[in-house]
Amino acid sequence: MSIAKDAKDLAKGMLQGLMGKAVAMAPDSWIPGGEPDPLIRVRHGHVGKPVSRIDGPLKVAGAAPFAAEFPMEGMVYAALVYSTIAKGRILAINVAQAEAAPGVRAVMTYRNAPRIARPPVFMSDQKAAGGDDLPVMQEDFVRWNGEPVAVVLADTQEQADHATTLVAVSYELETPMTDFASAKDAGTRTAVFMGQALHQEIGDAEKALAAAAFRVDSHYSTPRHSHNAIELHAVTAAWIGGVLRLHDASQLVAHTAWSLGQMFGIPEDKVVVTSPFVGGGFGGKCLWQHQVLASMAAKLVGRPVRMVLSREGVYRIVGGRALTEQRVALAADAEGKLKAVVHTGTTAKTASNMMAEPFIVATRSMYESETFKLDVQVVELDMLANTFMRAPGEAVGTFALECAMDELAEALDIDPVELRIRNEPEMDPTSGLPFSSRNVVEAWRTGAERFGWSRRSAVPGTVRDGEWLVGMGCATGTYPYYRMPGGAARITLNAEGRASIDIAAHEMGMGTATAQTQVAAERLGLPMGAVSFHYGDSTLPGVVLAGGSQQTASIGASVIAAHRALVKELLAMAGNDSPLAGLKPDEVASRDGGLCRIDDPARHETYVSILSRAGKGSISAEGEAPMPLETQHWSMHSHAAMFCEARVNSVTGEVRIARFLGSFDCGRILNPKTAASQLRGGIIMGLGLALMEETQFDERNGRIVNASLSEYHVPVHMDVPDIDLIWTDIADPHTPMGARGIGEIGITGTAAAVANAVYNATGKRIRDLPITLDKLL
Amino acid sequence: MTMTMTVNGSPVSLPHDARVSLLDLVREHLHLPGTKKGCNQGACGACTVLVDGERILSCLALAVQFEGRSVTTIEGVGTPGALHPLQAAFIEHDGFQCGYCTPGQICSAIGMAQEIRRGVPSHVTADLAAPDIAPTRDELRERMSGNLCRCGTHNGIIDAIAEIVSADVLLPEPAQ
Amino acid sequence: MRPFRYSRAVDVADAVRLAGSPGARYLGGGTNLVDLMRETIEQPDALVDVTAMPGEIEETPEGGLLIGAAVRNTALAEHPAVRTRYPVLSRAIVAGASAQIRNMATLGGNLLQRTRCAYFYDNHGSRCNKRQPGQGCDALEGFHRNHAILGASAACIAVHPSDMAVALAALDAVVHLQGRNGSVRSLPVTDLHRLPGERPDVDTLLEPGELITAIELPPLPATLRSTYRKVRDRSSYAFALVSVAAVLDIADGEIRDVRIALGGVAHKPWRATRAESVLRGGSGTAAAFAAAADAELAEARPLPGNAFKIELARRTIVAVLRELAGDSA
Repeated sequence: MSIAKDAKDLAKGMLQGLMGKAVAMAPDSWIPGGEPDPLIRVRHGHVGKPVSRIDGPLKVAGAAPFAAEFPMEGMVYAALVYSTIAKGRILAINVAQAEAAPGVRAVMTYRNAPRIARPPVFMSDQKAAGGDDLPVMQEDFVRWNGEPVAVVLADTQEQADHATTLVAVSYELETPMTDFASAKDAGTRTAVFMGQALHQEIGDAEKALAAAAFRVDSHYSTPRHSHNAIELHAVTAAWIGGVLRLHDASQLVAHTAWSLGQMFGIPEDKVVVTSPFVGGGFGGKCLWQHQVLASMAAKLVGRPVRMVLSREGVYRIVGGRALTEQRVALAADAEGKLKAVVHTGTTAKTASNMMAEPFIVATRSMYESETFKLDVQVVELDMLANTFMRAPGEAVGTFALECAMDELAEALDIDPVELRIRNEPEMDPTSGLPFSSRNVVEAWRTGAERFGWSRRSAVPGTVRDGEWLVGMGCATGTYPYYRMPGGAARITLNAEGRASIDIAAHEMGMGTATAQTQVAAERLGLPMGAVSFHYGDSTLPGVVLAGGSQQTASIGASVIAAHRALVKELLAMAGNDSPLAGLKPDEVASRDGGLCRIDDPARHETYVSILSRAGKGSISAEGEAPMPLETQHWSMHSHAAMFCEARVNSVTGEVRIARFLGSFDCGRILNPKTAASQLRGGIIMGLGLALMEETQFDERNGRIVNASLSEYHVPVHMDVPDIDLIWTDIADPHTPMGARGIGEIGITGTAAAVANAVYNATGKRIRDLPITLDKLL
Repeated sequence: MTMTMTVNGSPVSLPHDARVSLLDLVREHLHLPGTKKGCNQGACGACTVLVDGERILSCLALAVQFEGRSVTTIEGVGTPGALHPLQAAFIEHDGFQCGYCTPGQICSAIGMAQEIRRGVPSHVTADLAAPDIAPTRDELRERMSGNLCRCGTHNGIIDAIAEIVSADVLLPEPAQ
Repeated sequence: MRPFRYSRAVDVADAVRLAGSPGARYLGGGTNLVDLMRETIEQPDALVDVTAMPGEIEETPEGGLLIGAAVRNTALAEHPAVRTRYPVLSRAIVAGASAQIRNMATLGGNLLQRTRCAYFYDNHGSRCNKRQPGQGCDALEGFHRNHAILGASAACIAVHPSDMAVALAALDAVVHLQGRNGSVRSLPVTDLHRLPGERPDVDTLLEPGELITAIELPPLPATLRSTYRKVRDRSSYAFALVSVAAVLDIADGEIRDVRIALGGVAHKPWRATRAESVLRGGSGTAAAFAAAADAELAEARPLPGNAFKIELARRTIVAVLRELAGDSA
């Protein structure tokens, strides 16, 4: 079945590939971003100012409502019973005792659940949101260890939780495939990701490797990871007059509305998903079974249902990052010029999803090389579907590639920073496309200077401070610019000269509402206080995923389109009595609460004046962002030079990060205050990836063992040093606002910088994450 | 006679169901959702509240244990229109992203400031016998380590707390 | 969580009386018991809240301290007498959990907390002899990096999670108990917890309904130095992989008294008596410390995932003793 899914995806990809060639050849001016966004020229306006978060007062006062905080009349609480086997048939499920427990309204199982269609799995359709395409409580069959098998609904959470322990389930166990090594032995196949086979060869890399004067060839492994947003996945669901209303914690409200509509067989406008605040997402707050089960349960009992997953529940039903085993082999001449880049390996997914962890994607564009061999093999396991987690592919792929670069630098006796600069490509080395904007060399040079890289001892294990061995390491981070189709926005101006921007986008802590208010104010020539930004509601325009670091671009392009439409209508409304009379949309700019002629700012009329003269209370315009052809016309990537100083205790092997610097080239920074937090946030998750994070998957039965925040370690305050940041702030001329998304790049390169610093401190090369102390004893 | 406690200065009846945690009491019964549930097992700190000025985890606390005690939640620390100086510092230093762990971080920091003033040692206190403890960044980090932040805003949080703790003004008592 | 009756004891006699039924449990700060009840691993039908029991921190006539069982961990760690005379205890307490938990947790409750073995916690999906004797142990061939290397059995390889108890073991603390019938007895803290053997479901030697009322710390001569070192996977808010509490009296290079206890390695705080006897009366050299550690760890029986703990414990013991010996070594 999943091979069929791949085939369909590949066919789509092939079509895209053909189109891509035409797009690549087209003149710049035909492409979105061919003409630079005029906002790029504005250097002293709202954009680029370190504005404090506009939702700050609500958040620090605990007054920002999250998904589990919408009380509804007659609401009941839900609790889940999870399967304890990875694969098999439910022989019996006894709910009588639970149903009789105090406060219990109903127990839902596959026997009495409303009949619905399967979830549309993410990437199978533009608005598909499902983490997998498995039936949700429709059958007597279990497909992963932890799959929900019953939902208890009761008047209080305490009653519901207790009643789950009274549900007795027996199974007929089938033999699951839960062991990675056995699955590999049974055969792998080439992974497909977003319609592309994760396989590429340029020249004969293995031959070049064998012939090269200098080479490294190592294996790396990374474990499973969990997003672990601190907000538990939660939803409040109600059927009100034939409309399904969900208060969700979501990074894709429009996708969720459409997908639930498909499942329940109702139009997407009969599903309303709101999500004004999201307590962290990182790829994990998409559509999983809880929203579906809560919606089904609300239907079953005819009441609103609140379902808050327990922390264990999050581990049982929300997928995380898959494990990888990678080989990186690099060959170079004596000057350090790469002759071969081999990056191959294997990861695991399920038959029910379309997400193979694409750990080679960063390698496609990082360095110039004569030959490439890139390949991802995949096996399918009987487990909870894996999914996107912050920088899928790049986070773990750059660990292997950038550790290998460090190993090569040592083999060549070339400084690791210098080695990277020597292999800087002129154009994208695997696609041949020109870069839209690439200043990673500048990031390396300024970063090395600021970090004091020249003080690093090239000989490992030579710097000591008491019990502690001290070392420095570096690595390149990279993340692409994405913009997904479907963006749209509405701008409304009222007679008081206030504007509202409506778009079905998301605020998970990235600072979207703040930065986009700055951008919109600038675009409209208004003070920030006159602009309100509405988001997190599926009834608003646009299909905007808060993922792939693309939301900023998607909103940006959508608002540009809406603004163009608005200006056109304003000019029409202004008519012949206006100082703007006769001007075309391309001839006007926004300033001081109105429009003016670009080359004659004195020809100006305020919005208030235009509306008032026309006798209108408001004017509204909607625009759709163009197809994101720019990503097939240019190679568009952000970069970072990551520097780490690690201390390793010579007695205990404990690793502590003493200093860290991220030097970024990620386009124009819209708000330095919120951007710094996002970039640091990525780096800190990268420190976790490097040193402690692992979702322990018991291969005997497919069960996640450390399903708690006490057993799954994320960094605590004491693990996090002051993290220094600098950025080039060079605008990308081909993106909205000159910005590229910054939500994910921080996690890329970080683990390698840490591993390389640990090597420099100790002389021990740890290629198997996380770098726990036992590996350093 | 109904047993009561005080929450943000108002008397509150203890729940009939002894299973109700202090966290669920404030969130579900009193509709004060500012106190957050992040794990419900004492592993994240999002549910931190102050009881008679001391920081505790409300998820591991049975509400019935708190008869006669005075509980302060984030709603009692300050409101969007009348922020506590520490809340204002969190905004200024961007000490949060998603905002979910934030109320717990703030309540925790208020309790922590009291502990430092009282001379409670921490894991990184070099001299246990010293009467005064300097609120170094490492002291703040260690003492705040019971509050997880997954967005990775640790630097901003410590910046905000350091500004208030080193301002040499006692934190005002939370509004009652 | 199963429904239960709640009552609050005003004193020890009241507590013991209220906890007279078989399904009753004492409730301290709740930091472990409430969690275990939520996981339905503990299912008491009555809770007797003992946090209101009287009992502070008092000087004993012998020059030690008597500490009420309801004293909170923070109050104990910050007490001037503890900080100056028993630094190992202060250090151990503040190495554990988080400040919020230490503000809640009581002395008695801390001692009686149960293992954090993830299979023990996975009440519905994993096998555990500690939860259900005879069920089997999924840790043996599963994830057991955190598990015991000393004193484990084929039935259970769980470790005791307390830091404080490790320090108390090194201090020769005594546990005062009161039984259901009003009987009073005391136990060395090292005898409170038991090794798993065939009955890993039984953590301690407490009788049913018996209540910890106080802990007594014997006096510690001023010449003794003590400290606690904890090694863990992140720098705070994590359980020990290995921890070492040590008390050392050394003069002119000769060890007059030494007491060592290990955490994170066994089903109970592990008093390293073999190492102590190697050291006592001998010289305080690094080589002697290493020999003592080796003597203690000779009995270690590691599994593939936790074999590193032997080397880690050896190194940590030596480092702690060297630190305490200071210039005398």
